[in-house]
Amino acid sequence: MTDALLKISGLTKAYPGVVANDNVSFEIQPGEVHALLGENGAGKSTLVKMIYGLVKPDSGQMHLHGAEFAPINPSFARQHGVAMVFQHFSLFDALTVAENIALGMENPPSQRDLAARIKEVSEEYGLPLEPFHQVGDLSAGERQRVEIIRCLLQNPKLLIMDEPTSVLTPQEVEILFTTLRQLSQEGTAILYISHKLEEIRSLCDHATILRLGKNVGECVPSETSARDMAEMMVGSTLHTPERKADKGGDVVLEIKDLSVASPNQFGTSLKNVQMSVRAGEILGIGGVAGNGQDELLAAISGEVPTNAETICVNGQSVGALGPNARRKLGILAAPEERLGHAAAPAMSLTENALLSGAIRKGLLSNGFISWSGAREFAADIIEKFDVRTPGTETAARALSGGNLQKFVIGREIMQNPDVLIVNQPTWGVDASAAADIRQALLDLAAGGAAVVVISQDLDELTEISDRFAALNEGRLSESREMAGLTVDQIGLMLGGAHDMEAAHAHA
Amino acid sequence: MDLSAINPVLLIASLMVAATPIMLAAIGELVAEKAGVLNLGVEGMMIIGAIAGFATAVETGSPVFGFVIAAVAGAALSFLFVILTQYALANQVASGLALTLFGLGLSALMGQSYVGIKPPSTPHVNLGFISELPVVGPILFSHDFMVYVGILLIAATWATLKYTRVGLILRAVGENHDAAHALGYKVIRVRIIAIMFGGACSGLGGAYISLIRVPQWTEGMTAGAGWIALALVVFASWKPWRLLIGAYIFGGITVLQLNAQAAGARIPVEYLSMSPYLITILVLVFMSADRSRAPASLGRIFHASN
Repeated sequence: MTDALLKISGLTKAYPGVVANDNVSFEIQPGEVHALLGENGAGKSTLVKMIYGLVKPDSGQMHLHGAEFAPINPSFARQHGVAMVFQHFSLFDALTVAENIALGMENPPSQRDLAARIKEVSEEYGLPLEPFHQVGDLSAGERQRVEIIRCLLQNPKLLIMDEPTSVLTPQEVEILFTTLRQLSQEGTAILYISHKLEEIRSLCDHATILRLGKNVGECVPSETSARDMAEMMVGSTLHTPERKADKGGDVVLEIKDLSVASPNQFGTSLKNVQMSVRAGEILGIGGVAGNGQDELLAAISGEVPTNAETICVNGQSVGALGPNARRKLGILAAPEERLGHAAAPAMSLTENALLSGAIRKGLLSNGFISWSGAREFAADIIEKFDVRTPGTETAARALSGGNLQKFVIGREIMQNPDVLIVNQPTWGVDASAAADIRQALLDLAAGGAAVVVISQDLDELTEISDRFAALNEGRLSESREMAGLTVDQIGLMLGGAHDMEAAHAHA
Repeated sequence: MDLSAINPVLLIASLMVAATPIMLAAIGELVAEKAGVLNLGVEGMMIIGAIAGFATAVETGSPVFGFVIAAVAGAALSFLFVILTQYALANQVASGLALTLFGLGLSALMGQSYVGIKPPSTPHVNLGFISELPVVGPILFSHDFMVYVGILLIAATWATLKYTRVGLILRAVGENHDAAHALGYKVIRVRIIAIMFGGACSGLGGAYISLIRVPQWTEGMTAGAGWIALALVVFASWKPWRLLIGAYIFGGITVLQLNAQAAGARIPVEYLSMSPYLITILVLVFMSADRSRAPASLGRIFHASN
């Protein structure tokens, strides 16, 4: 077609040692919702950064409305009708909604006029916002609205969205999709990046698939199965995690009436949490981020000690013990924040392996470190969990998110825990790595461990957990058998989406 | 002791003079910190400003020209900090400390032939009958021009940060430099300008000490004023008007304790000398007990990766 909104031909960008985009070409029509699919490191982000003027291509051309388009900076791209919603929100916590929006505009009106415009546009699209609230106080869904409204106020012709749904509840996702469909009907084209294939199938008209920087195929998502798309992304057959049916050992982890004040000023305190997990069982805990997930992990791992009796493992009261004492008893944890919590960014993989594995792997004697043992342990993790890294002496921060996550999860699993709690095990991890991690968790449970998986990805929880419970404002719901739960029931358990529903009705 | 020897009008008038050097230095540092840069070199930039302004005023006979050169010298020294932290990506704390030590040494060298000289005096503004009004006249309308420059700088900084786009961009850069970069703002450029503004203000503050407050040149004469300015920025919660209040409290107690010493108070001199620091910090700690906090990117190195 000749009337393409954006035509990309032969775009190439190389970084030292890696070709991020190799001769990528595709077209986007006006009003089309176009998906960009690919694993981590496939070059999706680099590609959209080139369209948005943040990165300069080495070669190749872009044409916007048939005219050559070579954005030199984001401001230039915005002037030509290209807007972008970033994966990690590009928001400023200490500023108000209106100030945040003004920063993303070329010629913002005065704050008062802008506030009025924000109210008007946000209600038109069913995304209500208070212009003078501080962004730091908003929920993830509201923050995303800020980003979207920031783009919409400039009447974009092309809206780029990088992983917009990773932090939203199912209800929030529905509202977002309604907005996006409305935009597309008005003629705005949307370039949509996501890992979640079912979302792409329901939303997108067309998909371009990238693998290792190359365009490896296109498809119409509604006519292609999620599995086929995943295999095009990965370039090989994808295995689905399998689980064994046999469940129901003895109760390993028992939590009674656990109330913990959050150590963090903006955290959520846990209130009367009850749960029990049997050997060989995976308990999935769903909920929107910031409802006590970090606190629950800290209470079980021992970072925040409580009354001895509230937490029992194999009949022993462990609530008052610190993390190392609990590790000795086989209680391990993999927190959400990979860099800075689960791993020390500037330290090598060997050192990071040592930090949590020293006790159970016997890497210490009389206060001296066995470096050869630590290196061996790190190398084992790297091999067994297919961590892609030059070697054991690489700094943790040099690994991609997915690879570091495999390392962190692997490090805990290889210590043969009796109880493992993980928070967001596959956040920002590509499809094949996520499948590997889930399989490893299932295998661990099959070996007789009690596993608690905290996640915001409901598909993930459905796939691996035996029972499901929801965490809402620090309270944990009764757990229910996963088999037989519908998405609607789960949504109700998660709660906290009332204002979103009201917003939707209003739209 | 004889409290009647303390004249309240003179006290208030002289506290404004005592407060001006740290106020000037602190407002410069506030702008730098709002842009996300922690420059611990304030003391060094002040003392370089003190000697550069002093030497210029002595050689040319013009205190105004002395202040201009002091600002230029402070900015020039801060450019060293720019090279270290913005281009060489060096640690800001270490670079700032180095700047202070370097400034102290260099100023001593530059000032060798200026010890014991009196600088030309800076004229006081004369607003005719307004300056001669009782009480209000001596307190508000008969200072040297730098006292008013200091207050105007505070007001201008406050208005710029709050109401202008430039101020918004500056705050954005200090709050989240990655996001600012993603939106297409020049993080490094904004920070360079903020650092050099901070350097110029520190230079002015230093020159105020050597040209007006003391007025003569001695080695190390800033005597920790730069560090007080740094503390003031933190305890004022990065708010310009609180900075003004803090500086005046500090200046007021400094002057008061000097008067108390002169009046023969029966308190050991050491306690009196430490009182301005203690009381200023206590007051500002109470004031900063709200939810305001440091710019989130403060002290972090920005490197535009891909």
